[in-house]
Amino acid sequence: MSIMGTRVVRVEDPVFLTRGATYTDDLTDERLTGALHLTLVRSPIAHATITSIDVSAAREAPGVVAVLTGEDIDLPAPLLFPGANKAMVRPWLATERVRFVGEPVAAVLTEGRYQGPDAAELVEVDYEPLPAVVDVHASATDEVLLFPDAGTNTAAVYNKEDPDPDFFADCEVVVTRDIVNQRVAAASLETRAASAVWGDDGRCTLFCSNQNAQGARDEVAGWLGVDASQIHVVLPDVGGGFGAKIGADPEFGLVAWLARHTGRPVRWSESRSENMTGMVQGRDQRQTITIGGSRDGRVKAYRLDVVADAGAYPRLGVFLPVFTRMMAPGTYDIEKVDSRARVVVTNTTSTAAYRGAGRPEATAAIERAMDLFAAEIGMDPAEVRKINVVPPEKFPFTTKGGAEYDSGEYAKAIDLALEASDYAGLRAEQKARRERGDAKLLGIGVSSYVEITGGGAFAENASIEVHPDGSALIWTGTSPHGQGHATAWAMLASDQLGIPVEKITVRHGDTDQVPEGGGTMGSRSLQTGGVAVHKASLELIDLAKQRAADILEASVEDLEVDTANAAIVVRGAPGSPTVTFAQLAEREELKVKTVWDGKKPTFPFGSHVAVVEVDTETGKVTVERIWAVDDAGPVLNPLLCEGQRHGGIAQGIAQALLEEVVYDPDGQPLTATFADYGFPSAAELPSFDLVPMETPTPINPLGFKGIGEAGTIGSTPAVQSAVIDALAHLGIRHIDMPTTPLRVWEAIQNAVKEDG
Amino acid sequence: MTGVKVEITVNGRSTTDEVEPRLLLAHYLRENVGLKATNIGCDTTSCGACTVLLDGESVKSCTVLAVQADQLAVTTMEGLAGESGDSLDHPVTAAFRQEHGLQCGFCTPGMVMAVAGLIAENPDLDERAVREGLEGNLCRCTGYHNIVRAALVAAGKDPDAAQAAEAESDAARTAPGFSAGSSEGAGA
Amino acid sequence: MIPVGFDYARPDSLDAAVALLAERGDEATIMAGGHSLLPVMKLRLAAPELIVDIGRLRELNYVKVDGDEVAIGAGTRHHDLEVSDVLAAEVPLLPAVARTVGDPQVRHRGTIGGSLAHGDPASDLPAAVLALDGTIVLRSPRGQRSVPATEFWTGVFTTAKEPDELIVEIRVPRTGSAGWAYEKFTRRANDWAIVAVAVVDGRVGLVNMGSTPLRASATEAALAEGKSIAEAAALAAEGTEPPTDTAGTPEYRKNLARVLTRRALETAAGR
Repeated sequence: MSIMGTRVVRVEDPVFLTRGATYTDDLTDERLTGALHLTLVRSPIAHATITSIDVSAAREAPGVVAVLTGEDIDLPAPLLFPGANKAMVRPWLATERVRFVGEPVAAVLTEGRYQGPDAAELVEVDYEPLPAVVDVHASATDEVLLFPDAGTNTAAVYNKEDPDPDFFADCEVVVTRDIVNQRVAAASLETRAASAVWGDDGRCTLFCSNQNAQGARDEVAGWLGVDASQIHVVLPDVGGGFGAKIGADPEFGLVAWLARHTGRPVRWSESRSENMTGMVQGRDQRQTITIGGSRDGRVKAYRLDVVADAGAYPRLGVFLPVFTRMMAPGTYDIEKVDSRARVVVTNTTSTAAYRGAGRPEATAAIERAMDLFAAEIGMDPAEVRKINVVPPEKFPFTTKGGAEYDSGEYAKAIDLALEASDYAGLRAEQKARRERGDAKLLGIGVSSYVEITGGGAFAENASIEVHPDGSALIWTGTSPHGQGHATAWAMLASDQLGIPVEKITVRHGDTDQVPEGGGTMGSRSLQTGGVAVHKASLELIDLAKQRAADILEASVEDLEVDTANAAIVVRGAPGSPTVTFAQLAEREELKVKTVWDGKKPTFPFGSHVAVVEVDTETGKVTVERIWAVDDAGPVLNPLLCEGQRHGGIAQGIAQALLEEVVYDPDGQPLTATFADYGFPSAAELPSFDLVPMETPTPINPLGFKGIGEAGTIGSTPAVQSAVIDALAHLGIRHIDMPTTPLRVWEAIQNAVKEDG
Repeated sequence: MTGVKVEITVNGRSTTDEVEPRLLLAHYLRENVGLKATNIGCDTTSCGACTVLLDGESVKSCTVLAVQADQLAVTTMEGLAGESGDSLDHPVTAAFRQEHGLQCGFCTPGMVMAVAGLIAENPDLDERAVREGLEGNLCRCTGYHNIVRAALVAAGKDPDAAQAAEAESDAARTAPGFSAGSSEGAGA
Repeated sequence: MIPVGFDYARPDSLDAAVALLAERGDEATIMAGGHSLLPVMKLRLAAPELIVDIGRLRELNYVKVDGDEVAIGAGTRHHDLEVSDVLAAEVPLLPAVARTVGDPQVRHRGTIGGSLAHGDPASDLPAAVLALDGTIVLRSPRGQRSVPATEFWTGVFTTAKEPDELIVEIRVPRTGSAGWAYEKFTRRANDWAIVAVAVVDGRVGLVNMGSTPLRASATEAALAEGKSIAEAAALAAEGTEPPTDTAGTPEYRKNLARVLTRRALETAAGR
């Protein structure tokens, strides 16, 4: 029986559950012996001119080896997003102006970990406050410029054409609404960390917490002005990324530079308070949605206007509206789709990818639009969706957003979710509660979604070597940080080669061992790196057959793999001589390296039904149940796949109900600790009901699509919709996320007032 | 600031050092004793990644001074791994593996110790009790679904039955923390 | 993060602690479980020069019946309150309130004395002790005195406790079978209360409705006059000036106070 599709427990776990994983701050690597500890002095003000920095007292503090300011650093300031306005560079340490709370201003290096914060307190910085720009619409007016040299606060505009005033002319019904897809924090449990040491060979070894060693290497090398071969990036275990650990952080470059400057290893590990202003944040789009169609439920035209917040220094967040625009029509076959986006800088933390990265924003918008349209024409929201989804016979389907959907059965996914949740029964219960006049009402939300996975780098490499002892080694350019590639990649190789999973080791995240790789992001790993492992296994078999042909005195065409014995055998000749992979490896190195290039992304899809209870007297929302259909093609390991869905669903619920990074009008963050930020615990969440569905993609031979972000994309709109649905009878059509008790209660008060 | 001598039994082994009074127990375990499983994930006593047992009770070691643990016994996740240091025989760690109760692993040592502490206090757990009992431990990867299952398994419960019972029990739906007075039955 | 450095003393008796406090009262801060103090020290919002650790003083950890009252040692932890048989029988409100404080780990360290002394208007136990009409017993070299809970909290994080005093005991009446309930409203289970309401024997304590824990006097008066629960609860926010933050506006908190008071009174009436 094939190991594919079975619940193999993780090979990573025995270490993780005994001595614990080894994260960057855990390293006891002897190269880091005697390392200095870096503490960064960060700006407490969002927008200000720096009038003076006095480090003299700090330099005298116990344990201090050096205190540096931007003046001391002889590197050009980096442009963190290559496409951005060239004036929007981020100083290594601010010298003239600070642009967000948390921006590094001085670097303190101490012998001991505890001495850093003591000395950092003694650095005196004088700031002359400037007006803070926090709101994106205010930023777009350019009244206050963050970068006077840039002459504008706009970092990017996508689609400069004026909207067509007659776009909705043939629509019977048109609904429009301004909505907010709020800023959230990735909040990986491990904060950012990096350690650097330069060897006698003039190379830098950089240990860091990241999702892509090779990308981080190239960025840091570029910043330091050295060849990429001079930087050796090693990723220890990584305590979660969720998109925020894509690409090197400027702090990594600073750590490497400081290690070179001082001639000593340097370690840096930020606190959570630093992380909540220092690490990139996600989402943050102000959207205007307009939807038009006919009263029979057919949607004819949809428009999405986006103003996105890049934060102070443009990073990947500047690009993400491209994904939002591409995925704007969602699962629907809409005749006319129009979208545009503007990205502006503000005096806030930079934005970048967060689980879903541009696609959740598209899904949340179109799903809200569908609900608004359904409410306007008085049709069941599930029914409106089923009328408008792309039918199966139209695949591959090129959307008005410019995406080529590979495969999908969108209506079937909705039906599965409705059936699993007993949708009709839920509606009956909802009705009964309303009729009884219950204080606690039921809300039901339905989402239909399609997303894009493997949308960045389509190709990935894999190498496999079998050893004479029968074990095997896989090198992959993907970079797991919880996803379980050590188990999954071993399963893929084991399935073809017959080598047991426990005898296969997976290596990743070390640029000397794996010089090329796209890392783990955008749910790309299985459909790129996983398929590459599968392809490498097949190529290894081909190589083994060629070598075995001589030994077994048979033609290559007559040979096959005996997976029960990890051997090459002659087909249909039981009892004839065989040779194992291990025996072949004994004679000669048995290793292949290959690249799989799917050349295209894939488009996983699904449907979620969420049921919430809304306490109308307090505004409190409790998620009762959530049923999720997440179709990402065949499932390699249900245990891992379900884990990805669970985590995604939880983060999606969290965005709908609880989480928001909030800044006050002066740019002061109000959610800079886990005490203030609405990160849910187990007590706020239910168990999740997962409904299976598998529609393969034709893009790769195994039919795999990505599953990492699906749960997040599907659950957020379902839960938000459910909250609003509970109050629909009051005439409430929309409540912005997060649907906090306060917001829900205020919406009810306003509805009751308007009604009365 | 004068150094203070502490003697702390860690995983059954006596450790001693002269420490600054401000040294956090979490740092004592990680830096002075060299046990790195215990992680620090926040600075507001919120995330629970640093949870250890102090004289058998769960505490957040980022909010306990090493000097406060003087003469007391600490158990970290390493302490569940037996003499060899690599045993997965402990019911809690075994259940976490079986139920895929961990992904990136950062919350895991604290989560494991919180579950161990919870079961030690009351093994008769249902899903709601597990969820509320883990309110002080944050995980970003798993959505808690499989952590809750692991805790139920470690407590000797059938996780499928427990989850089904919770899903069917409308009465237990009132939000946790909302009411200790009315929604949780007698004695609550 | 890491606290500013300090000196540390762990006196081995209450008398020694009192003496030390008398000697260095201005620079010393008492720590029991440390779960109010250490978090603010780690964020460097407080930097005491001397920590006097009374967390090990067994003589401060007790729950016992004393006449018409139950006496609780200041060093009694939230967890001890939760599982106390004496309280379950004599003052069932307190274990229920203690169970909502923080999370299990916090409850294994934090103490009732520390919670009352910290004086956070968003904290649970002060309002409960206030609703119980309890008294706080303080000791200093000058002797011992009792302060009624109604006079103990003077503002946000400030109390009637002098710098050289420490809380040694909390005394609350035995409420026995009198109706009680605690309604705590949070976004997340281990958050501080947005608003909470403690009801016992017709008295109502409010959490986070002003700069100190408060009694809903108008509600209590209405109940005493025989008004209905609904009528009395509608007065719960009378005279309060609740704070504004990301979780709530004053209007919202007043609504919560009314709703939670009604629910708590209904629950209490059913007990």
